[in-house]
Amino acid sequence: MVRVALFVTCLVDGLFPDVGKATVRLLERLGHEVVVPPAQTCCGQMHINTGYPGQALPVIRNHVEAFEGADVIVAPSGSCAGSVRHQHADVARAHGDAKLAEAAADTAKRTYELSEFLVDVLGVTDVGAYFPHRVTYHPTCHSLRVLKVADRPLRLLRAVEGIDLVELPAAETCCGFGGTFALKNSDTSTAMLGDKMSAVLSTKAGVLTAGDSSCLMHIGGGLSRLRSGVRPLHLAQILEHTR
Amino acid sequence: MSARDEVLARVRRAKGPREVAPVPREYRAAGTRGPGDLELFAERLRDYRARVRVVAVDEVADAVAAALRDRGARHVVTASGVPPEWTATWAAAGTVPPSAPPSAPPSAEQAGSGEPVELSDPVSRIESRVPLGGDAREALREIVAAADAVVTACHVAVAETGTIVLDHDAADQGPRALTLVPDYHLVVVRAEQVVAGVPDAVAALDGVRTQTWISGPSATSDIELERVEGVHGPRTLEVVIVR
Amino acid sequence: MTTFLGMPAGGGNLTGEPFPKAAREALGNAQLRRNLAKATGTIRAKRANVVGELPDWAQLRAAGAAIKDEVLANLDEHLVRFEEALTSRGTHVHWARDAGEANRIVADLVRATGTREVIKVKSMATVEIGLNEALAGIGVHAVETDLAELIVQLGKDKSSHILVPAIHRNRSEIRDVFRREMPGVDPDLTDDPRALAEAARRHLRHKFMTVDVAISGANFGVAETGSLVVVESEGNGRMCLTLPRTLISVVGIEKLVPRWQDLEVFLQLLPRSSTGERMNPYTSVWTGPTEGQTSHVVLVDNGRTATLADPDGRAALRCIRCSACLNSCPVYERTGGHAYGSTYPGPIGAVLSPQLTGVDRNPTLPFASSLCGVCYDVCPVAIDIPAMLVHLRGRVASAKGTTPESTAMRALAWAMADARRWRRLVRLGRFGRLASRHVPLPGWSTARDLPQPPKETFRDWWESSR
Repeated sequence: MVRVALFVTCLVDGLFPDVGKATVRLLERLGHEVVVPPAQTCCGQMHINTGYPGQALPVIRNHVEAFEGADVIVAPSGSCAGSVRHQHADVARAHGDAKLAEAAADTAKRTYELSEFLVDVLGVTDVGAYFPHRVTYHPTCHSLRVLKVADRPLRLLRAVEGIDLVELPAAETCCGFGGTFALKNSDTSTAMLGDKMSAVLSTKAGVLTAGDSSCLMHIGGGLSRLRSGVRPLHLAQILEHTR
Repeated sequence: MSARDEVLARVRRAKGPREVAPVPREYRAAGTRGPGDLELFAERLRDYRARVRVVAVDEVADAVAAALRDRGARHVVTASGVPPEWTATWAAAGTVPPSAPPSAPPSAEQAGSGEPVELSDPVSRIESRVPLGGDAREALREIVAAADAVVTACHVAVAETGTIVLDHDAADQGPRALTLVPDYHLVVVRAEQVVAGVPDAVAALDGVRTQTWISGPSATSDIELERVEGVHGPRTLEVVIVR
Repeated sequence: MTTFLGMPAGGGNLTGEPFPKAAREALGNAQLRRNLAKATGTIRAKRANVVGELPDWAQLRAAGAAIKDEVLANLDEHLVRFEEALTSRGTHVHWARDAGEANRIVADLVRATGTREVIKVKSMATVEIGLNEALAGIGVHAVETDLAELIVQLGKDKSSHILVPAIHRNRSEIRDVFRREMPGVDPDLTDDPRALAEAARRHLRHKFMTVDVAISGANFGVAETGSLVVVESEGNGRMCLTLPRTLISVVGIEKLVPRWQDLEVFLQLLPRSSTGERMNPYTSVWTGPTEGQTSHVVLVDNGRTATLADPDGRAALRCIRCSACLNSCPVYERTGGHAYGSTYPGPIGAVLSPQLTGVDRNPTLPFASSLCGVCYDVCPVAIDIPAMLVHLRGRVASAKGTTPESTAMRALAWAMADARRWRRLVRLGRFGRLASRHVPLPGWSTARDLPQPPKETFRDWWESSR
């Protein structure tokens, strides 16, 4: 049994609590203990990526302290896990805080995105899920290219009983979210979203899944506006589902 | 301060520490892959839609003659160091048969009279080592502009990329304009000149010599990234490989 | 000017409209979107094929990055060696602090030959400094001989791509430009790419045989030997480098490699990344004046030392202008190159242009990316463009000082640095959930619905259920 410290992420906490609940239930069903360190807030990625790394410093410090002592930290987000693993220590170092950089590097080593944790640490691909729907999977950019989760999410999905998993055309193309990019360059973001939605609709899937609630919020927001009927569901929500 | 001194001063102020890690050269280095594979070389040349004839040593003159006949060449230039026997068969024939080449692209400069043509001096030889200043440049331009085919040797060839390298300081490869202006370039490559990869070719060349690396005929992809052969350089590249 | 260490910024064709505004205009052009999607899709597939063929691509990439870093770490020494090697073989070496100085040097050299016309090999450096315009100012016409550059020049258009400047034009648009602008062209010219290429061949043949001054750039300069290397496809480069009596090469100071041997790496990385070929049709290598030519090399700074001064930005100078990042970028594919406003568009342009000019003159480019990371994956010299974009966003924000955005960010960070404060803020957000559905978020709500805030946060659920 692994004692998992859940890094729920600010977006899931405030806007998509069902994703957090699904992650907890999935991990508990697999026989592991889940704790939610109460001091956690956010990884600070938005500040870093928008040009305010100095402001992110206390947020990073808070994150590192919140997860001090946790053996394994799991986030249902490729982007947030990516920031912890690939940005925190660098930001601390660039601002002259060597001690925080060292601590952040240590936190990074213990941090996993959900599919990585399931496949690499727990060694499971069949989590005993049942989901009798037509599903297409969008590999989010940060899970794909920052964390390099490769086909781990797909291996998990293929093992789901009853699932009709269909390939998403041009799956690896960005959906156009990009955090504040969606606001600062909303026209370009919308154009990218349009192409992504066309791809999703071409699959005739009823459910779009991904490992990041942020991208799902973006694509799902577009699909909702189109009244397409396609449901965005986080990977955890499918894997949690049983007969 | 002169521009030179100022730019150098800026560089010294701007750059980081001089110490750098040694360059990791873990790629397939020169001399590690054995001799070049002739079949691969021929295949790669054909991929560029270059024409290839593979012949034995004693068949070179016949192959050159056949190639020039098929091309319908009337005025051939060669580099001064090209062995006279390569073009001997063709020159001895003294005529160009009227047969149109079966697959040659139409060419503005190409003969098309339909009648056999008597050639008093069918092969012009261009000295490569003379300095081509002043009138010599003009003379060269005139000769090559009048030629409809050029025959040269090469210095080295790369199997993996289908590349032929001319060393323009070598007598059998000639000055650069020689192989550029005529619309048809026939290169004779000896088996031992074919190396496996690019590093082997770089190692076989002296960086201070004037070179042209040729991989197939002139081409462009500037219109919708669709490849079109034949823009400014020779539109037809033909290679006789001496096995 | 906001450059590192107060290093002088570059000038020339490196700035334009704010990216979001220019992008909006480009996105409205459906033909452009189709042209770009087709062209970049084709080249992406070709590149992936030929890169996949090499079992040692990762090792070549690592070597390419390391060689360029080695050059940058000792750039002064390599430049001096390069100059010595060139001078000892009879090439005249000139140095230019910026675009204006480079243009004056070239203009003086051209004027001294008495020619009214020069032929040009495709060269990004000369587009960057605005050389054609400068030459026009002294009554000299610069004839672009690369097919795509010719299309751009005849169409009185601007380059939108590093490798294929006319990538935004399709075949019928190109035919129309040729019919309208090319003297003596067949009025029945078709839009078959072969026919268009043939028309260009005929148009330029006479220029090649008669114009006696050529201007080139260089893909590489070898410090050890003084070799200059031009990598091309059409043969226009060979024509320009070979036939004219005077050759002037305009070279950015970062173009050097230390040793002849280093080309064994770059001549594998560049063609496969660039045109998706195993090797480009022609690579010319020359060292000093050959075959009776007079040769000049103009070494240009124009903001490169300002780029070199930033430890987190200098890797942009590794760039070998292959354009793989443009072809792979989902933003570039949709907006095209003109939206970037600079000679260097796409992801590399978004990190290079602001560094060359100072971020204050290009404050929107570092934000012209969703940080999807594909540019880093395909970069043959492993420039971590996403990380560099993030770094430059920081420089932009610092340069702007206090803004409404920075104030809001600061407040948010203050809340996020403490769980109690943060939870209060999240709960507050929830109370506003009914209102928030009806308050449009600028930029977001035009095309997307906002998620409905949940009844309880995850943390509330967790605490109430345990």
